[in-house]
Amino acid sequence: MTQINPPIAMLAELTHRCPLSCPYCSNPLELTRQERELDTATWVDVFRQAGDLGVLQLHLSGGEPASRRDLTELVAGAREAGLYTNLITSGIGLTERRLRELDAAGLDHVQLSLQGTDPAMADEIGGYRGGFARKMQVAEWIGEIGFPLTLNAVLHRRNLHQLPRAIEMAEEMGARRIEVATVQFHGWALENRDALMPTREQAREATRLVAEARARLKGRLVIDYVPADYHEDLPKRCMGGWGSSGLNVIPDGQVLPCHAAQSIPHLSFDNVSERPLREIWYEGAAFNAYRGTDWMQEPCKSCERREIDFGGCRCQAMAILGDPDATDPVCVKSPHHGVLQASADAHATRDDAALVYRSMPQKTNA
Amino acid sequence: MKPADIPALPRGVRLHFDRVRETWVLLAPERALTLDAVGHAILSEVDGQRSFGEITQMLAEKYEAPPEQIAQDSAGFLSALRDRRFLDVTA
Repeated sequence: MTQINPPIAMLAELTHRCPLSCPYCSNPLELTRQERELDTATWVDVFRQAGDLGVLQLHLSGGEPASRRDLTELVAGAREAGLYTNLITSGIGLTERRLRELDAAGLDHVQLSLQGTDPAMADEIGGYRGGFARKMQVAEWIGEIGFPLTLNAVLHRRNLHQLPRAIEMAEEMGARRIEVATVQFHGWALENRDALMPTREQAREATRLVAEARARLKGRLVIDYVPADYHEDLPKRCMGGWGSSGLNVIPDGQVLPCHAAQSIPHLSFDNVSERPLREIWYEGAAFNAYRGTDWMQEPCKSCERREIDFGGCRCQAMAILGDPDATDPVCVKSPHHGVLQASADAHATRDDAALVYRSMPQKTNA
Repeated sequence: MKPADIPALPRGVRLHFDRVRETWVLLAPERALTLDAVGHAILSEVDGQRSFGEITQMLAEKYEAPPEQIAQDSAGFLSALRDRRFLDVTA
């Protein structure tokens, strides 16, 4: 039996609506429509349940969470539940007045995404003209109000050369942290591997730049780094281990062990409208599916790293190999590692590939 | 950390009693650090007014421990927090 600890962090995807249409969006291909989103009272009740369950950190995300008109009430409810409340936003939809309301409601921290370091790049990647200028204005207000700020630079083949400038921008904005996040290929990003896959040289250069900047900026700017994992030899410790520390509630109230878990066809997910969050965490079938190490195949089962990386990412094993129980093919011990690396190199040569932007489904009369 | 340095928890970093795990934690942007009794005792004295020297003196008296030992332990702990931007220090 695997010992089950209480969760530390909860990602609340308040809505899938978003003014941007980034081609690497981590939302699923099948986006949830507005009419199926949980209402204010239900979200606030979920936050209360999360606090009772042991969650300390709440990440309000989306889509774009500012697309929810009740965002301020939700932040107030989260703080009431004793949660450290973090807003993950592109900045679009936030006015100075709204930010001041969020401040009054007790918002603890803002994580601002960066699609590029200049308007041409950022607006092309976000698919939203004028977005970069709006974001810079929002960053200024964030600084004036004094919110602690993390800049989240999402990087891929088209913009990895902008990494040094992204780090400078974080310093100029007074951010305490920057997340240097190379695109992970789930959701919409999986459709865009040709357009976005970094080259091996780019991945290596990013690692070098991050190490150099960490040394230079020690004590001033903290750098969290997510490397280009197709070019790595060891898989990521996805979610810190499945069902071990985090959970994700999506707009319609389904509770997932990670944001891409719906890509694994045999899993079924409980909904907060039907079952208490505590029961979902401790007893839910999806959470227990890959907890611990009992589910593992070889080479994971006998590997000395099995409780370090837990076999890597289940959704990646599913996406690449069609088998969610397999060793993440990023791992050098996976028999498919060589094929994955060769495919990554091939994707990285397709400079003519067009971006596939995320899009909402058309309304149907189902 | 020098005796005259004044440590302060910046906005967005706060002490929190975790009622589920029955322990004190330090909450910071996207992080939660579990504090042991010593860490909690030190941070409870950090108020943005008192200097590092005053804090270690108070702790030495309160816990009847040698001030040098307290200063050494606290300096390591607080410096690590400063490196992670969980603590501001003004001279």
